[in-house]
Amino acid sequence: MSAFQPSEIDRPTLARDRSAADADLKSVSAALRRAELGDRMRSLLLAAPLLVLLALSFGIPIVLLLSRAVYDPTIADALPKTTAALAGWNGQGLPGDDAFAALAADLKENQVKGTAYELAKSLNARLPGARSQVLKTVRKLESADGQAALDTMKSVPFWSVPSTWPVIQSGTSSLTSFYLLSALDLRWNADGGIERVPPEQAIFIQVFLRTFFVAASVTLATLILGFPLAYLIANVPKGLAAILTVAVLLPFWTSILVRTAAWTVLLQKFGLVNDFLLLIGVTSDRLDLMYSRIGLVIAMTHIQLPFTLLPIYSVMRTIPPSQMKAAYSLGARPFTAFRRIYIPQVFPGVMAGCMLTFILCLGYYITPALIGGAGDQLISNFIANYVNVELNWEMAAALSFILLVFTLALFGIFARVLGLDRLKLV
Amino acid sequence: MLLSPYPTTGERIRITLLWIWCGLVILFLLVPILIPVPLSFNSGAFFIFPLEGISTRWYEVVLGTQRWQSGIGNSLIIALGTTVIATTLGTLTAIALSDEKFPGRRIIMPLLLSPLIVPVVITAVGSYLFYARVGLASTYAGIILAHTALASPFVVVTVGASLTGFDRNLMRAAAISGAKPLTSFFRVMLPLILPGVLSGAAFAFVTSFDEVVVVQFLASASQRTMPLEMFIGLREKLSPAITAAATLMMALSILLLLVANILARRSRKS
Repeated sequence: MSAFQPSEIDRPTLARDRSAADADLKSVSAALRRAELGDRMRSLLLAAPLLVLLALSFGIPIVLLLSRAVYDPTIADALPKTTAALAGWNGQGLPGDDAFAALAADLKENQVKGTAYELAKSLNARLPGARSQVLKTVRKLESADGQAALDTMKSVPFWSVPSTWPVIQSGTSSLTSFYLLSALDLRWNADGGIERVPPEQAIFIQVFLRTFFVAASVTLATLILGFPLAYLIANVPKGLAAILTVAVLLPFWTSILVRTAAWTVLLQKFGLVNDFLLLIGVTSDRLDLMYSRIGLVIAMTHIQLPFTLLPIYSVMRTIPPSQMKAAYSLGARPFTAFRRIYIPQVFPGVMAGCMLTFILCLGYYITPALIGGAGDQLISNFIANYVNVELNWEMAAALSFILLVFTLALFGIFARVLGLDRLKLV
Repeated sequence: MLLSPYPTTGERIRITLLWIWCGLVILFLLVPILIPVPLSFNSGAFFIFPLEGISTRWYEVVLGTQRWQSGIGNSLIIALGTTVIATTLGTLTAIALSDEKFPGRRIIMPLLLSPLIVPVVITAVGSYLFYARVGLASTYAGIILAHTALASPFVVVTVGASLTGFDRNLMRAAAISGAKPLTSFFRVMLPLILPGVLSGAAFAFVTSFDEVVVVQFLASASQRTMPLEMFIGLREKLSPAITAAATLMMALSILLLLVANILARRSRKS
């Protein structure tokens, strides 16, 4: 009898067992994955309501606002015939008579629909002086048709200026870079390149620089005032530290508006700050601190000081005093020990506090509006002004766009380099 | 701790200078917020020391005239609405984020915090533009919605901090003992994280109550809040009534945030 090869019987059994075990293992891990997926889905479901609400109340509004900076269909919507007539125009010299006739027809149409003023305003934003010209032409066109309308158009010199038509042509495209460039004091020139606007029209670069300058001054002032106080709080006995902390937190907990109101009272010509300066003999005359740059920086420094101080303090309290003593006992002079042992360790806290204050200063609105003078208005004030007074949403959107880019870029660096845990907003 | 056991003269001088400097900084921090308090009790109509006499006439103006009363009422409606929504949704989100396996946790956290970083004028103008299209401008709902975006990050952060000390095994134990998820949330988790939740609620309330920029763009004339009345008053004519309003608002926010911080500290320790 030939030897029964046990392996031949066993092999399939073994294989079956193994595959069964594999299957079990697979089903277990699948079940685990399913369970984990279920957990994740539940977590996602828990977070969903707030995320949806934030998208609706915060995300969509901002995206919508920013889109206004690059998307402006007013002119294209108001001038459909002109849009068609200018489609093939090369932008050199003046377009043909058909474009003039089309514009005349469009203008009459706008007058009938009652949208002429809106069109005039929108053209005026891109072509200063266009508002009155459009309204004048519309009035003249009222009784003119056909050849008469064309003659009317030709009789208004504004429409025969070569630089008028490229602007109309660019306006007939709804997507525009005009406002974003304007927000940086730039514009397209006749050759299709980008150039600076003439100095008398340039305003925004100056406002951005002013915003950065005020933010940097305030950041520096808060650091000079805050760093020693943070050091003191971190190095005195607990009870005293608690009292000093309260002194920092009381203003921190008071709203920006209330503190700005307090400073408006203090900075008056006959207010306490002037009283104090006279008393100690720094000045011999009462200063105009309200509506001035210095008053603005003082008030903003007061408001931002805790924001700079708290991240620094939270690092300082983790540094054991024995380190400095060790440095001294090894022969380091106080300044050397401070520079080589202390500063490198507190540096992340200093960076966090300064960056946070700088970022928040870029967006200041209330304090400049109430304490700053006409020459101290920051970029946020210009945005609000374009919405409230000028009703120029596109320009407000473009300025918001650029301010937001700066803010989010700095916030991104903050989150990446220092980590969000260093954000002391609470 | 500041001085070594055998201080040198140089060290003494440095520490003395540090104390003097810090004393001046503390004065700089405290004097401005304390000044409106005595001025609000001045019986005269000017902001000049010495006070003419003590009176509560400016508080009677703030609490007794229709303009301020409706402002206080609107502030309370909006702040309470914001607190309820922000606390509920913020707590749920914090619970979701406390799970380390939560997908995209590292992306969602900066997004959640971004309303605190984005300049508030941009938020306000954007809301004005969007809400006008969907019929939410000049409604309480619109203002509450916008304020919820500004307030909810505080809730997520405080509740999140109290959840780091929460042992998730307790929830498993509750589930094994037969509790439904909702029951174990209300009977096990919520009581333990309650200090964090209340602290978040107080932050949310103060954030909304103090907010003025979004309100300025979204509120109709009949929806003006207390801070907006103050802002308008400061722009038009400085009246001592503003110092009374400022004192009241300061007292409210300091009181609530003091409670919020004590609660937050307690919840982090447990």
